[in-house]
Amino acid sequence: MTSLDYTIDPPITTRAVTPAEIDSAIAAPLDRFPSKRWWIAFGVTSTMLAGGLATIAYMLYEGIGLLGFNQPVAWAFDITNFVFWVGIGHAGTLISAILFLMRQRWRNAIARFAEAMTIFAVLCAAIFVTVAHLGRPWLAGYLFPYPNQHALWVNFISPLVWDVFAVNTYLTVSLVFWYLGLIPDLATLRDRTTNAVKKLVYSVLSLGWRFSNRHWSHYERMYLILAGFATPLVLSVHTIVSFDFAVSVNPGWHTTIFPPYFVAGAVFSGFAMVQNVLIIVRKMFKLEHIITMKHLENMNKVMLLTGSMVGYAYAMEMFVAWYSGSQFERFVFLNRALGPYAWAYWTMVSCNVVFVQLFWFKRLRLSIPIMFAVGVLVNVGMWFERYVIIVTTLSRDFLPSSWGHFSPTIFDFGIMMLGFGLFFTLVLLFVRFLPSIAMAEIKAVMDGAQAKH
Amino acid sequence: MQTNSKQSRYGMLIDLDRCTGCGACMLACAVENNIPPAHAGTTDRTGLTWMRVHRVEQEGNDASTQTVYLPLMCQQCDEHPPCESVCPQKAVEYDPETGIVAQIPVRCLGCRYCMTACPYHARYFNWWDPSWPAGMEKTLNPGVSTRMRGVVEKCNLCHGRLQEAREQAAASGTSVVAGETFVPACVEACPTRAIMIGDLADPESEIARQIKTPGTFRLLEQLGTQPKVYYSSARQWVREQLQRTIASTRTEVLNG
Repeated sequence: MTSLDYTIDPPITTRAVTPAEIDSAIAAPLDRFPSKRWWIAFGVTSTMLAGGLATIAYMLYEGIGLLGFNQPVAWAFDITNFVFWVGIGHAGTLISAILFLMRQRWRNAIARFAEAMTIFAVLCAAIFVTVAHLGRPWLAGYLFPYPNQHALWVNFISPLVWDVFAVNTYLTVSLVFWYLGLIPDLATLRDRTTNAVKKLVYSVLSLGWRFSNRHWSHYERMYLILAGFATPLVLSVHTIVSFDFAVSVNPGWHTTIFPPYFVAGAVFSGFAMVQNVLIIVRKMFKLEHIITMKHLENMNKVMLLTGSMVGYAYAMEMFVAWYSGSQFERFVFLNRALGPYAWAYWTMVSCNVVFVQLFWFKRLRLSIPIMFAVGVLVNVGMWFERYVIIVTTLSRDFLPSSWGHFSPTIFDFGIMMLGFGLFFTLVLLFVRFLPSIAMAEIKAVMDGAQAKH
Repeated sequence: MQTNSKQSRYGMLIDLDRCTGCGACMLACAVENNIPPAHAGTTDRTGLTWMRVHRVEQEGNDASTQTVYLPLMCQQCDEHPPCESVCPQKAVEYDPETGIVAQIPVRCLGCRYCMTACPYHARYFNWWDPSWPAGMEKTLNPGVSTRMRGVVEKCNLCHGRLQEAREQAAASGTSVVAGETFVPACVEACPTRAIMIGDLADPESEIARQIKTPGTFRLLEQLGTQPKVYYSSARQWVREQLQRTIASTRTEVLNG
């Protein structure tokens, strides 16, 4: 990739392509029967999904006592996975909305994929916070304020109710934004396909799009409005998730650093996941000239920035715990670093703060194996971050008499598998049935597509 | 509704110097409130114990180590209990008439937010379907409803007994007197009379006088939860240790 020329603006492809070539390259995986590798991957992920669903079914039958919860640690893998998946979703919205408003055109090649991942990740999160978490998940509908014969209303003071609104808003806006962006591409696919069934499906889904100037002008306007809607959500959703912890009185949770710290961590882990999956996709579908090293490098830079913010937050938490003078705060942080969960704490610190520093070096952040490994480690680290926050605080907070220890059971790993199984199954279905790169948007940033001044 | 306009603040005072750690209060509480026998595989951390007696040892490991027993239940935080504000379903309700923090299991979704928010960890979860050995259902207290799997429960100062006292008071035209006509099961069962109940809002009451005496303290008072359960001990180390908690045990626990 030494031929990369960073002076080209906008830098979208590593070699000159025509619009027809773009369509063909992106639509190719949709036109042919899936490869053997796809089936193997799909077999693995759908088996994980089935295993997770079986776990959930058994839990519904027996009760969530199957998980490793106990008296002080009443939240563990359920909320850890919920926060983890909500976080994964954040990169998608940042790429599709914030980078769009900031006219970062390089985003066009990865926005569609990242948005799809947002939706899948939020779906995973929603599953964790309902069926894998609630004692009576069949009553989850009570979380919505609706007039009912019990004359009951939800408690708007509870951050959990804020969560319901935050996550649902996020899912709705992301879904609409993603679908809107898909419409021109669905029309392209409708026009390309020779299969009668696909023709029908794409025709219905493309809502009569005819590529008219009028359509484009409405589309651009709507896209901008939705980008505006989605932008505050990047900040608000994880802020509200962090309130679940920050508004309680527990040491290690009751802190004002949580909202920015959580948002930075969310973007961090989200970019790591997008980068990891895109490395595989661009290789598998031979899209290296569209998702270029420039894109991967930019994502690595965002990870370096947000990872350093997270590292700063870790240091600040320690400092504030000491500076507060509160014995409970001090104890919780000492306990994190030196107590029975020290292994989890140091896994978190090394994965999130140490390894990502490799990206200061250009050679390393342009090396696919290294960036892939760092991306995996970042996601391991970010999972452990939530685990450390939740479990260390709950297991040893105020009264030593109520201290305990959490050990996961096999069912905890079962629900964790459900998340990864569902997410990657949806990703595989997505790359198979929908264009994973926005064809229309790529054409808009090709050489000569935009007027130059 | 209660016609009595008088606002009460039912609270407890537990004399730690009298408590022998016999556990009669735990048993009486479980029987009174229809707490099911432990599910197979239940540990001391996954059972249902609205009232739990903890053993606390004096710091310092010399031969003369002393022990105190600490009965711990819902501390009935006043005005804004941390568990109440976090519940999405209003399954926790603070009763302004009595000051009792009530748990309403039929509304509970089982999110356990209240359990994580409670600094005393005095809330318990029904991890499993409750079940009683054959024949034992007949011994259930008819005045207290049983709970299903998936909901949180905790001490409510024997709500069933309070209802009974209210009914009797209404029939005889008097009012409920905590400690006389309304006595929770643990108070009644304690063989050393270590637990006292009373109305903190009534300055004439015995408890209101007692809580002003030196040696009386509350757990985690600095959090601002305003618990209505008071503890007392004439022993200085007991008072210091229970109010300092973590600092005293830090060194031995850090290494797991």
